[in-house]
Amino acid sequence: MEKRARFISSWLPYALVAPQILITILFFFWPAVQALYQSVLLQDAFGGYSEFVWFDNFAALFGDPTYLAAFQTTAIFSVLVAVGGMVLSLILAVFADRVVKGAAIYKTFLIWPYAVSPVVVGVLWMFLLSPSLGLISHVLAWLGINWNYMVNGNQAMTLIVIAAIWKQISYNFLFFLAGLQSIPKSLIEAAAIDGAGPVKRFFTIIFPMISPTTFFLMVVNIVYAFFDTFAIVEATTHGGPGKDTEILVYKVFSDGFKGGDLGSAAAQSVVLMVIVILLTVIQFKYVEKKVQYA
Amino acid sequence: MIERRPILDAVSHLVLIIGAIIVIFPLYVAFIASTQTAEQSAMSPLSLMPGTEMVANYKTVLTQGASGNVSSPPVSRMLWVSLVTALVIAIGKISISMLSAFAMVYFRFRGRNLFFWMIFVTLMLPVEVRITPTYQVVSDFGMLNSYAGLTVPLIASATATFLFRQFFLTVPDELAEAARIDGAGPLRFLKDVLWPLSRTNVIALFVIMFIYGWNQYLWPLMIATEQTMYPIGIGIKTLISGGDSAVEWNMVMATMILAMLPPGLVVVVMQKWFVKGLVDSEK
Repeated sequence: MEKRARFISSWLPYALVAPQILITILFFFWPAVQALYQSVLLQDAFGGYSEFVWFDNFAALFGDPTYLAAFQTTAIFSVLVAVGGMVLSLILAVFADRVVKGAAIYKTFLIWPYAVSPVVVGVLWMFLLSPSLGLISHVLAWLGINWNYMVNGNQAMTLIVIAAIWKQISYNFLFFLAGLQSIPKSLIEAAAIDGAGPVKRFFTIIFPMISPTTFFLMVVNIVYAFFDTFAIVEATTHGGPGKDTEILVYKVFSDGFKGGDLGSAAAQSVVLMVIVILLTVIQFKYVEKKVQYA
Repeated sequence: MIERRPILDAVSHLVLIIGAIIVIFPLYVAFIASTQTAEQSAMSPLSLMPGTEMVANYKTVLTQGASGNVSSPPVSRMLWVSLVTALVIAIGKISISMLSAFAMVYFRFRGRNLFFWMIFVTLMLPVEVRITPTYQVVSDFGMLNSYAGLTVPLIASATATFLFRQFFLTVPDELAEAARIDGAGPLRFLKDVLWPLSRTNVIALFVIMFIYGWNQYLWPLMIATEQTMYPIGIGIKTLISGGDSAVEWNMVMATMILAMLPPGLVVVVMQKWFVKGLVDSEK
């Protein structure tokens, strides 16, 4: 779409885009190019020595079992967070769409976690699930479950999955609710008149109708689990015990920033960039589709 | 309401109440712990009744910092850093995005498409994937431990630019033509016509961007190495770094409650704009 009415100036448009473009070049493109460049170099941590090594860093990365393990950990983590979070939020949204009385109050409660920062979310759940003084751990002990996420890798994973899902409830809930409310009431009424009960209506009409929302949320949740959960891991498990909860972003940070292995960190960044690009392309493909069918 | 099903209605409320409890319970426990003495908050199991130390605890963290075991700046200072950071990020993102969207919609100039794609590509470069080199740039500019370092690199925004672009495209052409005939220049048109029309968009974006800025963690973790420039999130992290026995949970929880109040209030009070901003910025 183009505007017919335009203003004419030889310098003003450049002045208007300048701040945005300047920041973009300095803090986005330049570092991204640096990451690409460093990913084919072998450097010591102080930048004194460097050698061009082609794709050795990538070869080393994919030959490194700890990196492959981090990949696997991230995949498991993001699937659990995306699926778990979406199922929970969809259930809440379906019932919130039904109720008339009190809907606003439930909504106000359910949007609160969006405002809570990931590090606070991490510490909240760590406090509830702390092996020595956690309230929930106490209940688990009473049930005969030996809970200690500091030594048990699966329990550590459970902890960060719960925290990550809790934080994302608001987002998923609001999008599902918006999707549900956009379904034409006449469709559902017609099905009800034909004798379809609520459960049948959900699986044959409502769920297929919101499939674009579901797909969109799937992508968003995977991006969230990949990139926005760093603070949760950093505040709770530090990637431990061992490396059982070391997700990719945490590994870039600990290898590059704490460990000083710049070549490997840069190669890892490049791999992450490829993942983001793929996810963004998938997301925009979907947006195009939505525009066509709408 | 399609049909009357009293049992299903009851189930609906039950499920939603359970959902609300899942959301509220951790926050309630945090609040309760923040009102107790250090010994009470470290007891297992924790009492779910409010303690007596609420005023004292909050006063201590706000004025002196959380505890004697870990040195940390007063929470009031950290809240201030977070507030300034969040405001600069939100206002900065909105202003530069509005300006560049205005240029792209109302002018035809060489390089317009290139600029558009440059901004688009930033969507694919979240800070997490370019940590070390971006840190390098900021440190080369001498911006470590400064508000500029905490905010400026995060201010570019593809989402906000697209949102304004989308909105400007729906503004009728007649308005710009009328403005031109009346002799108003482009900046005058932006200020007197587009700005008032964009107000709801601006507020909605502000809510989202404020929360984004307030909740930053990885970036300040690298940029703020001096305690005086710690935002609240980093402060919380240092409070719990002492290990299980050294942590004064009542103080930590008071700090956490204070950390989530400002963004929480923004979301609840501006709920309508928040939902609009959330949905719009994903289009």
